[in-house]
Amino acid sequence: MASLELRNVVKRYKSQTVLDNLSLTVADGETLVLFGPSGAGKTVLLRLVAGVIDPDEGKIFIGGEDMTDLDAEFRGVGMAFQNFALFPHMTAFDNIATPLEANRSSQSAIKAGVQSVAELLKIGHVLSHKPRALSNGQKQRTALARALVGSPPVLLLDDPLRNVDAKLRFEMRLELPRLLADRGATVVYVTQDYKEAMALGDRIAVMSQGVIKQLGTPEQIYREPANIEIARLFGDPTINLLDVKPSRDAKGIYVGLSNVQVHLTGAYDAMVGRDCVIGLRPEALSFVDESTPSAIPVTVEAETPLNEKIVTLVRTVRGREILVSRPAGTPGQSEGRAHIAVDGKSALLFDRASGDRIGSKNVVNLRSGEAA
Amino acid sequence: MEHTSLLERILRGVALTLVVIFFMFPIVWIFMMSFQTNETILRIPPQLVFKPTLANYTALITGKLTTAAGTLDIAFMRNLWNSVFLSVTSVAVALLLGVPAAYAFARHKFRGSEDIAFTLLSFRFAPALLVLLPLTLYFQKLGLANTYIGLIWVYQLICLPLILWIVRGYFEDIPADIEYAYRIAGHSWFATFRKIALPLAGPGIAAAGLLAFIFAWNNFVFALVLASADKQPVTVGALAFITSSGIQYGQISAAIVLSITPTLALALYAQRYLVEGLSLGAVKG
Repeated sequence: MASLELRNVVKRYKSQTVLDNLSLTVADGETLVLFGPSGAGKTVLLRLVAGVIDPDEGKIFIGGEDMTDLDAEFRGVGMAFQNFALFPHMTAFDNIATPLEANRSSQSAIKAGVQSVAELLKIGHVLSHKPRALSNGQKQRTALARALVGSPPVLLLDDPLRNVDAKLRFEMRLELPRLLADRGATVVYVTQDYKEAMALGDRIAVMSQGVIKQLGTPEQIYREPANIEIARLFGDPTINLLDVKPSRDAKGIYVGLSNVQVHLTGAYDAMVGRDCVIGLRPEALSFVDESTPSAIPVTVEAETPLNEKIVTLVRTVRGREILVSRPAGTPGQSEGRAHIAVDGKSALLFDRASGDRIGSKNVVNLRSGEAA
Repeated sequence: MEHTSLLERILRGVALTLVVIFFMFPIVWIFMMSFQTNETILRIPPQLVFKPTLANYTALITGKLTTAAGTLDIAFMRNLWNSVFLSVTSVAVALLLGVPAAYAFARHKFRGSEDIAFTLLSFRFAPALLVLLPLTLYFQKLGLANTYIGLIWVYQLICLPLILWIVRGYFEDIPADIEYAYRIAGHSWFATFRKIALPLAGPGIAAAGLLAFIFAWNNFVFALVLASADKQPVTVGALAFITSSGIQYGQISAAIVLSITPTLALALYAQRYLVEGLSLGAVKG
């Protein structure tokens, strides 16, 4: 098993810098998810680690060994490609067997190795088929089997669930964590799906434009996003972002939401009078009685039941639209006038100009009973 | 197709027939001429019914051409053998050199790679006659004139650029990820070339090889200038049928039939592989 380290890696294509002085360490046996929009440099990073492209600057270490100048075949990594990259002229069996053939395993060892990983991934019955005759799901499993079969200490998975249907993706999202944990390999997993990132990652690195914007556990990324962009990318329905201008009164810092003064705690003194954005997760909002202190009056615009939850679009008296999410079966309001309250624990304050979240560790509390 | 009317089908049939007749007529006519004597061929009007004779073929195979002026020795079978040998060897050499070069040009963008590739292609631009005069002088100095090696070398001007540029396109069509996947699995670049790139570009290589073979087979000027009688291919050898006592149409036809047979057979055989094509079912775009 092996850890993985990238040190000050730079990769340019022509004048464009794809990876900008990027450093990253993945611990032995850890699953790191690289998350970000397309063009962020995730795939380039994987290919640098795999050794199929070379960095312009910086070093790559696998298991503490400098691998920067080593060709791909000597690095001992396994990789699954987004487009599967199966060998079209070989059967699924031969496809999966290629890593074993490379290290000159005996015929019987190859057979046993392929069989066992094929059983694990439930493709034992299609091993004699050529890729052309496989369904998308089977192709994806074959590609995964090929990456796993040699038990490489480092596994690179480039959005392997991108090209498979929703049902299969859901199944694999459940299966993969255990599969990867059983292997004990160090995994770098690329995805654009935040649910996949949350489900699979021990840590998530959020990438954008060639740099890592935030690196943390799924919990940290969700609760304490580094900026508005990350807050928006994680969560479904997306976070409510409202322009506010914090003010100060005798009781502390507050923001006005529909003429209701909502007090914040935290190191926000510097932000008084400046343009800010408050981020409210839809599930942190709930419908309450009119009598509830700090209840914000709204009108219900639309309601969308989504099986396990119900999402309601409401409009405040000042015309701002807010999404409220609640578990299915819990009481709520489906039309007309209503009141909502904020669960202060997850309210986030961002600087509007830079988009950065203000404060690092503070928990925002909304004091009740202070409505003006 | 089911929705076409009777009239449409008839018209389509007529059109197809016309096209087939247009393209097949010369070949069929030559085939028929090869079984006739000069007298029946030159009869006016031409007649479809005649008494077939194998005399033309016998003359070619025995090498004894009987004309009104007497018996003439011709080296047709020798020429045919020269054609086969020159074309096959040229294409083999061009494949051996061209396929790895095409791979290099397709996969590795090194300094000047485009310039070198284009220079090789530009060999096809130059009029052959322009190249021939200096080439003849060089070859005489080097002792390559009228040798198989010299001819095969010159034939590379025909075959190599063709193979290089066609095969390069096929290599470029193979997704790089497929080759990366094989490298990452632990195989050397040479193994990747042999086990992945070559099989996947196979139909393209076959097509390029066939095309190069046909070009080499049909070549006339290079062999005319650089080869003497015993090294001449059929294209040049056919000149011998223009004799002092007239043009031997019957023998020419028989010679044409014999000389297109190898290329035709090769094309028909290779067609299966060419049409089979390259379906990269494993990669989703």
